[in-house]
Amino acid sequence: MLFNLPYIAVVALILIGLAAVIFKRNLIKIVIGITLIESGVNLFLITLAYRGGSTAPIYTATTTEETIMSLPVPHALTLTSIVIGVAVLALMLTLVVHIYRHYGTLDARKIGREEE
Amino acid sequence: MMEQISQLVETLKTGTGLWNPLIWIVAIVIAFLIVYIIRSFGNKDYKKGTEQTKAFLSGNPEYEKEKMHIKSSNIYWGFLESLKWAYNALDKMHTGNVSDYVLWFVVIMGVFFIIMGVL
Amino acid sequence: MSIEELFNFLLDHSPALIVAIPLLGAFLTPLVGKINDKVRNAFAILVVAFTSFLVFLLANDILTNNTIRTYVFGAENAGSPIVRILFEVDGFSAYMAIIASILAIAGVIYAWSHMKEHTGQDKFYTLVLLMIAGMFGMILTGDMFNFFVFLEITSIAACALIAFYTNKGKAVDAGFKYIVISSIGALFILFAIGILYSQYNALNMAVIADSITFSFLDKIALVLLISGLAMKAGIVPMHMWLPDAYGRAPASVTVILIGATQASLYGLFRMVFSVYGNVFSSIDVTKDTVINTINSVNSVGWMLIILAILTMLIGALMALKQSNLKRLIAFAALAEVGYMLLGVGVRLASKVSQDITIAGETTTQVAFQGYSATALTGSVFHIMNDALDIGLLFLVAGAIYLVTKETSLNKLGGLARNMKYTTVFFLIGLFAVSGMPPMNGFASKLMIYQSTFQLNPIIAIVAILCSILLLAVFVKVFHSAFLGPKLPSLKDVKEAPKSLLIAMGIIACIIIFIGLFPNLFVENIVTPAANAIMDSAKYITAVI
Repeated sequence: MLFNLPYIAVVALILIGLAAVIFKRNLIKIVIGITLIESGVNLFLITLAYRGGSTAPIYTATTTEETIMSLPVPHALTLTSIVIGVAVLALMLTLVVHIYRHYGTLDARKIGREEE
Repeated sequence: MMEQISQLVETLKTGTGLWNPLIWIVAIVIAFLIVYIIRSFGNKDYKKGTEQTKAFLSGNPEYEKEKMHIKSSNIYWGFLESLKWAYNALDKMHTGNVSDYVLWFVVIMGVFFIIMGVL
Repeated sequence: MSIEELFNFLLDHSPALIVAIPLLGAFLTPLVGKINDKVRNAFAILVVAFTSFLVFLLANDILTNNTIRTYVFGAENAGSPIVRILFEVDGFSAYMAIIASILAIAGVIYAWSHMKEHTGQDKFYTLVLLMIAGMFGMILTGDMFNFFVFLEITSIAACALIAFYTNKGKAVDAGFKYIVISSIGALFILFAIGILYSQYNALNMAVIADSITFSFLDKIALVLLISGLAMKAGIVPMHMWLPDAYGRAPASVTVILIGATQASLYGLFRMVFSVYGNVFSSIDVTKDTVINTINSVNSVGWMLIILAILTMLIGALMALKQSNLKRLIAFAALAEVGYMLLGVGVRLASKVSQDITIAGETTTQVAFQGYSATALTGSVFHIMNDALDIGLLFLVAGAIYLVTKETSLNKLGGLARNMKYTTVFFLIGLFAVSGMPPMNGFASKLMIYQSTFQLNPIIAIVAILCSILLLAVFVKVFHSAFLGPKLPSLKDVKEAPKSLLIAMGIIACIIIFIGLFPNLFVENIVTPAANAIMDSAKYITAVI
């Protein structure tokens, strides 16, 4: 691959996601940051499966001895991780809706204090 | 049967010491007995119901019991006052803000990376 | 089929049944709940009791015979190369499974009366059974990605249970913080799993352990794994979700949540000692790389020791200030996690290189010093003691909340007149947590003090100091809540309901039993578990 571009994209996505979680105050933006980190990790897993000039790892009628196939195991890992990410995202957004109903604000600095 | 009982009462050996709770219980019971015997040598004649059995609070009047019970926030006041510098720093750390929690995680990960890279 | 064959059948298939039965029970609970409420509660208790029976059967076999059982999904043997998912149960996994099952039984029996007047109990029991299935899956598995999947199952179920009181805002907020922290930690663990897969083309823990070299990418993976798992286990300074989550959840959930955080600590043990075991154990290398490996491994150990000391100090100091009962006990639980990490740190920081002469030629070997085995055994023993003690204290706090509807210690007083049994249980928990003889806390803390003293005396001094501070914390709680005059607002307080007393009684009896006969436990249960975690070669050869 050209200059290892997917790996640079992985690191950039994870760093942007972490910056969004740490420096943003709105709760929805924190949730979007977590989704960015998850997309970065999924991209990393898929990029591990690539071999130069490969096709999909499925045996069809036209595969011969010399067809190069990409590794199928990281495909399974990525699918599982995407499904887990969907479940976590749904749970987080439901909790944000409940928090908004009680506190009336979405500012992460105004909620969560112990003394009320 | 005897070997099972002897396995129950064995002592715990650390690398440099021993600990056997049953011998400790026997020692504590003997100590309490000695304390009780010494206490029974005391002065038995006192008049109940007079000034001799009331609590002495340095001359201050004694309120009713509900007001004399110290609340839990006030119990360790001296300790908390003298460590005020530590508690201010700790309170600033526990803000309740979820972004700060992740910031600490990234800081510790960075420290670990530096240690692993250098050494 | 005779009873003998039935037992052998259950024993052979028990690693899979221990995870499958709570999972099936979780999905059947809403259907059973349509019949009646009591039937559904009894069904949940029955499922957990049967799973605990299987756990004790499996642990009895493994800890007395000192073997490792592997269970391959889908075939008889693992075959070569290993591509199937397999569960690998050694002594340490069986030990953690015992702890998790005791906590699960106590939590589910407790929930009978504690959750009686709440709505949504169907969902509560479903989520509790799911969390128990996830916990057992994390403990028994031998495959890295399987560990990640069960970690996510446990944290999603736990988050929904922490936010159970949706009518107040605080509990939902604690659940949100928990899921944010948990998913970031799990994603970094997945990143490290990807790095390890890319190097060795294997996801199985034993296969990775066999072929690991300590290259640059492996160091990155080790840092990510330790940080992610330490954040899930609640180690300072990434601990701040712990008092919120433990303090605002219902008490029966907190007891099972303790098991979930101990399972993450189990993951830390497994990664450091088994997957990276060849890096950290005795290895026979040439002289230059030996010194480099010793320095880097010693520095990892010292970093963990510093984090453990900080955890103990911050947990004890913050606990002195709180006036909310459950939050105070959560900070004490945080301080106890520091003791467990101290054993790991001392074991890793105590390596020396020695010259051994075999048959006339001198080679340099890397070995551990003698006291580090006692330190690790003390920490492993402390995991069980701490889970029982803190579990008992949370059950008492839940009983007080159920009867008086107050959470703040400022408004309580004089409860010992009406709640006699609860007072006795709280006294037992007080002595056990602060390490007073003759309870079980003293036995494990004595082992930790006497072995860490030989590495550096300051560590042992800080550990003893934090133990004394914890005694001060719980004496304050005892005085505020139980002693004192009868308050007019708490005039008609009754004793706690029967099922709460049964759950507390089970745990208190186990605490007293371990306290009076510590050597029985240490010799037969704890030492095989600690030897199993220290012996990474046996873990590898059981599979390959």
